[in-house]
Amino acid sequence: MSLLSDARPMSKADRTGHGGFGLALRAEWTKSRTAGGTGRLLLLAFALTVAVGCGTAKAVKCPDTGCGQDAVKLALTGVTVGQAVIAVFAVLAVSGEYGTGMIRTTLTAVPNRLTVLIAKATVLTTVVLAFGTVTVLSSLLAGRHILPGNGFTEAHGYAPVSLADGPTLRATAGSVLYLALIALIGLGVALAVREAATAIGIVFGLLYLFPVVTQVVHDPDWQRHLQQIAPMTAGLAVQDTVNLPGMPIGPWAGLGVLAAWAAAALLVGGLLLQRRDA
Amino acid sequence: MTTTLTPRPPATRRAERGGFLTTLHAEWTKFRTVRGWVLAMVAALLVTIVVGLLGTAAPGPAGTGSASYPKGPGGEAVNDNFYLVHKTLTGAGSLTVDLRSLTAAADAGTGGKPARSAQPWAKAGIIMKQSLTQGSPYAAVMATGGHGVRMQYDYTHDTAGPSGKVSKESPRRLRLVRSGDRLTGYTSTDGSRWTKVDSVKLPGLAHTVRAGFFVASPEAKQDTAAGAGFSPAVATGTFGVPGLKGGWSQGAWSGTQVGGDAGTSGSYTNTTEGGFTQTAGAFTVTGAGDIAPVVGGPVMGGGFSVENFLVGTFAGLIVVIAVATVFITGEYRRGLLRTTMTAIPLRGRVLGAKALVVGGIAFAVGLVAAAITIPIGERGALGRGFHVFPVTSATELRVVAGTGLLCAAAAVLALGVGTLLRRSATAVALVVASIVLPFLLATSGVLPPGVSQWLLRVTPAAGFAVQQTLPYYAQVLSVYEPSTGYYPLTPWAGSAVLCGYAALAFGPAVVRLRGRDV
Repeated sequence: MSLLSDARPMSKADRTGHGGFGLALRAEWTKSRTAGGTGRLLLLAFALTVAVGCGTAKAVKCPDTGCGQDAVKLALTGVTVGQAVIAVFAVLAVSGEYGTGMIRTTLTAVPNRLTVLIAKATVLTTVVLAFGTVTVLSSLLAGRHILPGNGFTEAHGYAPVSLADGPTLRATAGSVLYLALIALIGLGVALAVREAATAIGIVFGLLYLFPVVTQVVHDPDWQRHLQQIAPMTAGLAVQDTVNLPGMPIGPWAGLGVLAAWAAAALLVGGLLLQRRDA
Repeated sequence: MTTTLTPRPPATRRAERGGFLTTLHAEWTKFRTVRGWVLAMVAALLVTIVVGLLGTAAPGPAGTGSASYPKGPGGEAVNDNFYLVHKTLTGAGSLTVDLRSLTAAADAGTGGKPARSAQPWAKAGIIMKQSLTQGSPYAAVMATGGHGVRMQYDYTHDTAGPSGKVSKESPRRLRLVRSGDRLTGYTSTDGSRWTKVDSVKLPGLAHTVRAGFFVASPEAKQDTAAGAGFSPAVATGTFGVPGLKGGWSQGAWSGTQVGGDAGTSGSYTNTTEGGFTQTAGAFTVTGAGDIAPVVGGPVMGGGFSVENFLVGTFAGLIVVIAVATVFITGEYRRGLLRTTMTAIPLRGRVLGAKALVVGGIAFAVGLVAAAITIPIGERGALGRGFHVFPVTSATELRVVAGTGLLCAAAAVLALGVGTLLRRSATAVALVVASIVLPFLLATSGVLPPGVSQWLLRVTPAAGFAVQQTLPYYAQVLSVYEPSTGYYPLTPWAGSAVLCGYAALAFGPAVVRLRGRDV
């Protein structure tokens, strides 16, 4: 057993159990707020997401009716790239502490590890949700301005992108939730493996390997199954606004699959955090 | 002081002498003795193999008999499917015929709509061919739907003749002459002035060959805003009375659908089939298919190309990049770099040795993984009834060595970025994302082809071009885009782009390492 676990008196654990969560939450928030690079990473994520979204919206043309493009999804393409930065942000929130040894201080201050996990997850989710809302709305707004110039007009069957439209609202809110779930996957994986480089490798592998492999699979059924279980392709189904019946998985079901991945990552990370020495 | 000061203290001279090899040995020892890194590299090898094999492990198409493309004289995969009206020709001889029209065959199933113009690469003309076996050597002179008169031989060779469409008002006279192993194609619009299209040598062509006139039509390609689509297309050619000279067999002309069906790049509709009718010595021939090399894209049919088996390279690369990054950032984190720099004060040399060690190991990982995956994957795919696109040994060697180079360059890039950033998470993320994300965006089909091609020219993802084995032929219509496995750069140019990025990261990394405190 570790020194820390031995040195965890019951009374202290009880005390933290009572009023501790608010303090733990505050501690995590302070760490997240004051750690070097937080602002820069989020700024980078914002810039990349909006830039890739704008670039895609600018590049794709819709010359006539029935071009089959999904205007909302196009405007939100940047999420595919921005999520990478969010994953890094989430991983660093944990492995940064392991790298510097800060985690020992954290666990001394808040010995109940579940509390630490929940506090970290809460702060991370809140930050990413706030960030995601701003970023996704900006992408959408940019798309709304760019897309009509490329033939996404009323004449070709595309109403201006607007949140008043049900599917668009769902795609927007879903994309924000998507980013939060990606962050939670990053958090879980980083807690499980502790080392930043490994954690990033695993998260990126989870996200990007499935779509790459799907491309060489010839069997349509296998392809469909892969798209249904892959965290990225399933999760991004929440952005679909056209041709929904033809998609491998429904929007919310897809986000559900991603949520299951996030839950699994958090479970593994949480269990390992509980069990082992810092 | 009585002793004279030498310009260089002996210690430095010793370091110079033992120099680089000692540094290399030190770095190799560092790598070798960290069990996690060695295991990770083994894991990189394994995931490359396993992901590649699992990704291509889907069950094969049901009820297919032969699992390989016919091979042309050069060993390349070919489509050799067309309708042929033939006799045998022994020794020297020639065939001259008028082609009066080349149109799309009416489809009775859709109400017999009026004949549209034939596909741009629909072909009708004269052919002399070793045998009716697919893939046998041939030479042919023909008119096409949209590319004028051509002379083609042995599948991959194509020479353009006079342009212009064939019509009743403007028929094409075609003539193919054989003497020895030389075949010469001529064309004329009036029957008196003949233009030589090309003269080719087919060494080893049998003394007796099949000769006659043929019609073939690859599938129709439609470009829509949602992407390219292919649909069945059949062509009909009307020929005049043929003029024969030389050792032709007696008896009637016979018709054969060479290859049995229209092959992977052509197809008949539900209501059409190949055939010919003869009225007053003139012929009407209907056919579909193509006499051409197989290329990638939708016209390839259900098959794998060698690079498909290497899809696991992505998985392996992620691991290699992570290890290469930590190889330097780990020293920063643990303070080992201070020891390293004290032992070997020449910082550029240290980084060079690191690059050589981690690059060499990554090269070996990519090389071995590719060398193992390709044969196993090929055998498995063939066993499950898939076509496997054949490649020459030289191409296969290029792909295997190229995969090693891909991993090595990515490792050096990661080492450089790791040195510059000193933070493993950011460095790994940056390198992985810069290689994998452009590839994903370019091949997903969301972006228009032009943008996708630029992404694969200017980003590190260009390096994957070294794995491409699918050939491009101007005379075969397909979708030559990143989404179908076609890279905008040649294999080695793509590789050079990735290596350029590695150099671009490594150079400044050396400068920065020299310039700052550890």
